[in-house]
Amino acid sequence: MELYQELTRDVRFIEGLKSCMNCGICTAICPAAEFYDYDPRIIAAIVQSKDEERIEELLKGDTIWYCGECMSCTTRCPRGNTPGLIIMALRSLSQELGYFTESEKGRQQLAIKRVIGENIVYRGYCVLPENLVPELHPEQGPVGLWIYENRDEVYERVGANYQGDGEGALRKIPQEAMDEIYRIFEVTGGFGRFDKIEHFSKIKAESMGFTEDGDDYSDYVKYINTNNNGKHTRQ
Amino acid sequence: MYREGKIQVWQDYQKEIADNHYFYVRSCIRQNFFPGSEQTFLKIVRTELGKDIVENPHHTTCSGIGYHADIVPFDTIQTIVARQFALMTEAGYHNLAISCITSFGIYNEIIETWKEFPSELEKVRNCLKRATGREFEVPLNVAHAGDIIYKFRENIAARKKFSLINQHTGKPLKIVEHIGCHYSKMFPSKGVGGAEFPYVLAGMIESWGGEVIDYPERRHCCGFGFRQYLVMSNRGYSVSNSRKKFESMEPYKPDAIVSNCPGCPMFMDRWQYVIEEMEGKTYGENGQGIPVLTYEELAGLVLGYNPWDMGMQMHQTNVEPLLDKMGIHYDPDLKYAGKDGKLIGKPMMTGCGC
Repeated sequence: MELYQELTRDVRFIEGLKSCMNCGICTAICPAAEFYDYDPRIIAAIVQSKDEERIEELLKGDTIWYCGECMSCTTRCPRGNTPGLIIMALRSLSQELGYFTESEKGRQQLAIKRVIGENIVYRGYCVLPENLVPELHPEQGPVGLWIYENRDEVYERVGANYQGDGEGALRKIPQEAMDEIYRIFEVTGGFGRFDKIEHFSKIKAESMGFTEDGDDYSDYVKYINTNNNGKHTRQ
Repeated sequence: MYREGKIQVWQDYQKEIADNHYFYVRSCIRQNFFPGSEQTFLKIVRTELGKDIVENPHHTTCSGIGYHADIVPFDTIQTIVARQFALMTEAGYHNLAISCITSFGIYNEIIETWKEFPSELEKVRNCLKRATGREFEVPLNVAHAGDIIYKFRENIAARKKFSLINQHTGKPLKIVEHIGCHYSKMFPSKGVGGAEFPYVLAGMIESWGGEVIDYPERRHCCGFGFRQYLVMSNRGYSVSNSRKKFESMEPYKPDAIVSNCPGCPMFMDRWQYVIEEMEGKTYGENGQGIPVLTYEELAGLVLGYNPWDMGMQMHQTNVEPLLDKMGIHYDPDLKYAGKDGKLIGKPMMTGCGC
């Protein structure tokens, strides 16, 4: 498979890479480049070079997972490129080929799929109050803990319709609507993406010594959610 | 000529915002963290402005957080968005009002994609038909909910009970405005003032008596970064970017921060608490934090709404310093009361460094 050709099948790649002159203004404006050892200018240069070996390195490495997709780069590029869109195409291909499990940051996709992905398909939301488990979200502070522990009453107080029928914030999405979302995932390849994330992650988990143990690799999910080798940021 | 030229340039940065008859789509993050703001928006639009706005309980997430965390393919999100359009079409509406900035960016990205790549539109029409049997029209007008408040900001000013004036000094309150990145960085023509001079929040602040703070990192991302917050071990990215903004705005002594984004106000609220815990540093007056508000909360305060009805007790960083400056009377004993007026427990600690 020619990786560059695969990338060009993604309209976001076509839109994201017109012609890069490597001026670096994207890197100058990039929040990720300030925090991580990351340089979107180099990403654009590599894909523009069509160097298959270096594109494969990108797909297997941590670098493409550093972007925050804020898209600040698109505003500033004098040539109309969007490195953030190039990143999105690279990440899609990395998951398609299973290369994402080769890097610490890439492996995190399983943790995201397990929470956000399953919320979308089975509840109709990306995030839910019950996801904000205090030990996983210490940043939510004492008020977040108070909301979490008293969520029925707090949401009722502020006018939400938490898990209720009809309109309103946090309402229960009707089953007919959820059935349609399910079919959309079937028809458009959404479940195909999920299956690949699960499949390649399980192979990787086994190779790292994790076992299924009847709990669907939950130790592996916990590990990828919390592990940080400390080698990602600018020194 | 010079002034005419400036006016002409400014015209290029305007967008058309529908006047009435909106189909409302909610935000996942705002429903979790600022459900009272969405309720306040609907109340303002219906009660104060007398406009027609509807929602359909069958609408769902646009899946945008999953899309920008790269677990949801482009074809999938396009079709989910097309389904929202179908619900709007079936209801007989043409003007979309979007609560979320991430969704706003996605709706614009998808509509622009369909213009540039018509084959994508045909593909999505087929996918939606196969999956749901539905058909749709592309909205005639796409507005962020904040655009609508901006459009009618003078109507709100005419009905105001309180101004953004410090009642102790008589001077305008100094407000930091934070625009969500996906409002206009990707498609500048879709936002009021474009990406260079976004005026959607500044216009509200000025109309309601306040003064906008211009500071070096005004346009820097809050640091959400989707996967950079969602995954626990990545959150250093998120707090570091918010910290960069706090350090930059601190010398200007802001009385409040206001945002039009779902995540940004939550992060700037919570990260102030975290930074105090980590470094002992606070950015507001008297060792307190800077209150962080949604634009609906700001509008609601101006209109005299009860802050606890709007959900401002769900903030970690206390909002009382701002309420006191505006001269708003509130009952502190009712801050943590339930719908029946009885106390729902109480957080172990509020504010940051108080």
